[in-house]
Amino acid sequence: MTDLATDVLIVGAGGAGMYAAIAAARAGAGHVLLADKSLVGRGGATIMAQMTVAAALGEECPDDWQAHLDDTLAAGRGLCDENLAALLCRDAPARIREMAEWRVGWARRENGRIAQVTAPGHSRPRCCYVDFLNTGPAVAATLRRQISQIGVINRVSNLAVTDLLVHDGEVAGAVALDIAEGEPVRIAAKAVIIASGGLTRIYQRNSASANMGGDGYALALAAGAALVDMEFVQFFPIGHLAPRVVGMDPIMWDPFRYKLGGRLLNRDGREFLADYGSDESAGYTTPRDIATYAIQKEVAAGRGSPHGGVYLSFTHVPRHSLEAAFGPVIGRLAKNGIDLARAPVEVAPIAHYHMGGIAVDPDMASSVPRLFAAGEAAGGANGANRLSGNAIPEALVFGEVAGRSAALLAAKRPMSALPSGAGADIVEQIRSLADGRKGDIAACELLDELREIMWRDVGPFRSAKVLSRAIVRTEEMRAALPKLSLPPGRRFNPALAEWFELRGSLIAASAVAHAAAARIESRGAHQREDYPDSDPAWARSQRITMTAEGGITLGPPQ
Amino acid sequence: MTKHTARLRVRRGTADEPQPRYEEFALPFEPGTTVLDALIAIRRQQDPSLAIRYSCINANVCKECLIAIDGVIDYACTTRLRDDKVMTLEPLPGKPLLRDLVTEIRPPRERLK
Repeated sequence: MTDLATDVLIVGAGGAGMYAAIAAARAGAGHVLLADKSLVGRGGATIMAQMTVAAALGEECPDDWQAHLDDTLAAGRGLCDENLAALLCRDAPARIREMAEWRVGWARRENGRIAQVTAPGHSRPRCCYVDFLNTGPAVAATLRRQISQIGVINRVSNLAVTDLLVHDGEVAGAVALDIAEGEPVRIAAKAVIIASGGLTRIYQRNSASANMGGDGYALALAAGAALVDMEFVQFFPIGHLAPRVVGMDPIMWDPFRYKLGGRLLNRDGREFLADYGSDESAGYTTPRDIATYAIQKEVAAGRGSPHGGVYLSFTHVPRHSLEAAFGPVIGRLAKNGIDLARAPVEVAPIAHYHMGGIAVDPDMASSVPRLFAAGEAAGGANGANRLSGNAIPEALVFGEVAGRSAALLAAKRPMSALPSGAGADIVEQIRSLADGRKGDIAACELLDELREIMWRDVGPFRSAKVLSRAIVRTEEMRAALPKLSLPPGRRFNPALAEWFELRGSLIAASAVAHAAAARIESRGAHQREDYPDSDPAWARSQRITMTAEGGITLGPPQ
Repeated sequence: MTKHTARLRVRRGTADEPQPRYEEFALPFEPGTTVLDALIAIRRQQDPSLAIRYSCINANVCKECLIAIDGVIDYACTTRLRDDKVMTLEPLPGKPLLRDLVTEIRPPRERLK
């Protein structure tokens, strides 16, 4: 078996993980291990970002980070951790200008200034981007280039961390599955950063990468850490629904709305957002939670489009304007049979981002010593609803803080080898699973069922009845894990990694369902049909922890 | 919507096997469905051991699902299924085979050891 030792182990190599590696190296870490289930810098959410990156650069008009903070707190519907939100807004401009120095290619005006657009929920133009629909890939490529130039950063692709090792109440390392060889790997680490993104892949309709099944939350819970705000899953209102499009991200219509407005129409061709208190006469201004609510209500009332969404129309926009704003993309749409000047498309809400996550302090330290979190994996900064454009700055800013904090902590400690038997049971479990198992059902089938349950019962609309049904079923599925069928084989056996993915996704799903069942009000992205109003007594966050027996439990409020 | 049937002839196995081995799968599909959609559906409904690399699923940004489709190198996520002939799917030529359609495409510095 391979044994590794590192100062800082980073789980997940999207934007937050890659930046954490850079920051850890800057802060003096002698060895950083950056591990990703997929390929470094190619999975996760960063690469999927289409357009907006919010930062108070003041390129279009005067702006300051406190105005950005005001907008972030308002969007969070009273639940943001103000210290974390302030950190995000305060440090975002430095990170975004640094990305410009690293030649990410932010779109610029003719006068050379960075272009910033007004996204819903922002009081002024604050969101920069890379054309065309290329923000995420450009950010990821820029960070990949940076980390490849830093010798102390050791990148490992296809390495899936399955369990954290806790010794004397502190995180001491991890056991991982080397997916390529199907072998266990033991890693001693002075500090661990979870940067493995969110959990939107556990929803049937999602804009996630394959590796966003919530495993970082499960790792943290099992290590004894607390999660916060787990009931708040952001549903992106205008995910693409029909006609079928290939080779494009389902959240692709957002940039079109930023640049061209567009009209959301119901089956009768009528604009309906005003019926839900949002007037779009001044452009694209409706926050994501309200737009999702409005669309779901229109569909429920029988005023939806044929595939169960609503129409997004740009037919009033002249063809030359479409082409000026999205030149090469118009051609890609044509290949998919879409002509925006002629006909609308169908859109519907889609799981997009998780506001909740690992509870951290402003050093990105979790409630377990030596365990940190960054990016979407960390919870609290975005409260009950994330402001558009805050995800990429969050990845970079929190990645920077987590990497620095972890490296400074690691510098104070000698490298201690793991106790001789540490992780032996997990190593044995990986080997046993790789030998194959006979059973009635495979992990990938249960993953599909879980996605259906989460969408139907723990999705944009919730009630006590359906939430308790989801809790019961996820617990049954957890109990079934030892009995699943698994084809034998070590080298790149996809079913082996999938077994661990299912285990983590079930824990993450259960955490969301428990938190959602306990919050008997509606707020932001959490909408209860049985409690449709916000309750001022609930203007507080809930914490989730795991019992010694592995059960999901609600901790006391902060 | 009219149902069509795709027939996919997929190269199976690891590099340890002396002879290339192919397995044919059939599955119904609706127009617009991609090769990657089909491979994911085959894993779920017919054979969970079938190995394929993918990450972004449909956005064509991760670039992990590159394979040989009827001898032409292309992305599984952007190639649509057809029902007029058997489609042959093979791993990338010139790369070490790990399993089925998965090859060693990690840069050397991103591998263990």
